[in-house]
Amino acid sequence: MQRTDDHQLQESFSRLEQFASSDPRAKERSSWECVLLSRQQGRPGASTYIDLICDEFMELHGDRTYGDDPAMIGGIGTIGDRAITFIGNRKGMNLRENIERNYGMSNPEGYRKALRLAKQAEKFNRPVVCFIDTPGAFPGLGAEERGIGEAIARNLKEFSTLKVPVLSFIIGEGGSGGALGIGVGDKLYMLENAVYSVITPEGFASILLRDPSRAQEAAEAMKMTAHDLKRFNIIHDIIPEVPEGAHKDPKFTAMAIKETIIRDLDNLCTKSAATLVRYRIRKIRGIGNYEGTEAWWTTLMEVFKSTSDLK
Amino acid sequence: MPKNESCPACHRVIAHDVLEKYLMVCPECGFHHRLNAPERIVQITDPNSFIEFSGELCSRNPIELDGYTEKLLQCRQKASMNEAVVTGTCSIENQEAVLAVMSFDFMGGSMGSVVGEKITQAMFEGALTRTPVIIFTASGGARMQEGIFSLMQMAKTASAAALLEKTGVPLFIVLTHPTTGGVTASFAMLGDVIIAEPGALIGFAGPRVIEGTIGQTLPEGFQRAEFQLKKGFVDAIVPRDRLRSQLAFLMRTHKEQQYAEN
Repeated sequence: MQRTDDHQLQESFSRLEQFASSDPRAKERSSWECVLLSRQQGRPGASTYIDLICDEFMELHGDRTYGDDPAMIGGIGTIGDRAITFIGNRKGMNLRENIERNYGMSNPEGYRKALRLAKQAEKFNRPVVCFIDTPGAFPGLGAEERGIGEAIARNLKEFSTLKVPVLSFIIGEGGSGGALGIGVGDKLYMLENAVYSVITPEGFASILLRDPSRAQEAAEAMKMTAHDLKRFNIIHDIIPEVPEGAHKDPKFTAMAIKETIIRDLDNLCTKSAATLVRYRIRKIRGIGNYEGTEAWWTTLMEVFKSTSDLK
Repeated sequence: MPKNESCPACHRVIAHDVLEKYLMVCPECGFHHRLNAPERIVQITDPNSFIEFSGELCSRNPIELDGYTEKLLQCRQKASMNEAVVTGTCSIENQEAVLAVMSFDFMGGSMGSVVGEKITQAMFEGALTRTPVIIFTASGGARMQEGIFSLMQMAKTASAAALLEKTGVPLFIVLTHPTTGGVTASFAMLGDVIIAEPGALIGFAGPRVIEGTIGQTLPEGFQRAEFQLKKGFVDAIVPRDRLRSQLAFLMRTHKEQQYAEN
């Protein structure tokens, strides 16, 4: 009798295991699987989500200084009666588009366009939503000549004190400073299969492991998945994708993003600019992992008091 | 035993103590040898005026990367410093300043949690004591071994610069060889005045990365201080023998009564 029970139990367990392993959502993807999925051609990008989320959208071009960067898009969209400025890295959906869009790698004019639109949003008291999806800023001659470092630095500084709510979503690849250039805000979210890291796994492998072919190993060591970054308290939350990945059902993810935007903006748009900026800086200020005194809170409050607009 | 140094630019062999008299600048060709933080502090500050703060901060291994803890220990012993930046208060020609000096010989001057924290603390010290902040940069960029935490130090230092600006206290940056990556793309490019040492390599992407992208070798002088001056990204190139007096000039022209009015 006992034996039969055990046997039955065993059988149902193995059925359960079989079922679990056939459902991709039941097991967390490896970092490398996320890297591949986040880069996969046909994965929905900023434009797809903007189209699915907004009732109406008007794209705005140019940095007013040098040109218009096709790898960075932006404009004004509406959800219900709320106007929002959207900014996003723009990869192509196929090879031809990717060449046109420089694989989502921006030049300085891309970051300067993003800043121009963010400042415009600030002027008209519109919240800003950013979609991050880039391997990194473009490492080219022209980018250096036109000050890609300065452009990113300025964005980090200006976004950290922007007087309107800023939400950022890493929807695919979050590559280094190029991603951070539109990634400083009040809330940071990652799609389930997105990645975010200080350097690509290939770069990490070739510099630290001295072998570019060890990228897969590097991806695991770098801890770059949404789950890793949630654990590190770098991101606020993870936005779900369908088990096969966002490309299978872009609408599903778009609706999850939309709900998050509506929920956050309902909350953040009621805050004063000073409160918003103080909270944002407090969050950024607290990131770091070191031994020694971590009593920075009082100092920060004193610094706020010594400014004219964050008292 | 007298130590000799060979100049990497003109290959002249010069006795180390002679070179030191010339502030580690080659008397033949003007090549600026790299300085570590203690050497720089001695050259720039009034004698015995430098008082270090936050020197006790030490990096952890936030992403539990194999070998990083050991590597840090090694660097601490070799460089006799805790981290890639030294911060403190000092006077320069009898004027108070908050000073942060990065040291390339500590893990390539890379910015991890501690570097980001110390730079932030230095800026806040300047903000609260209403003292000009001077930062000497020398860095290969973000410290990859600390993963996402190192990337976030860019945002942290840039937001500190934003706050410092709001208090009206000046930030002076001196870019030294080399300053690249995440340091260039954060506080290094956010000074009210940005000075560069002659010949310093200053850029975002490293030269080899760019060569890989464009598939050809870079033109002579690309990303050097003189190039950045021409492109409009630095205010002035100041040779080492005039650095102290030029910084003192900037401090004199940014006195409290002049910047308290904003």
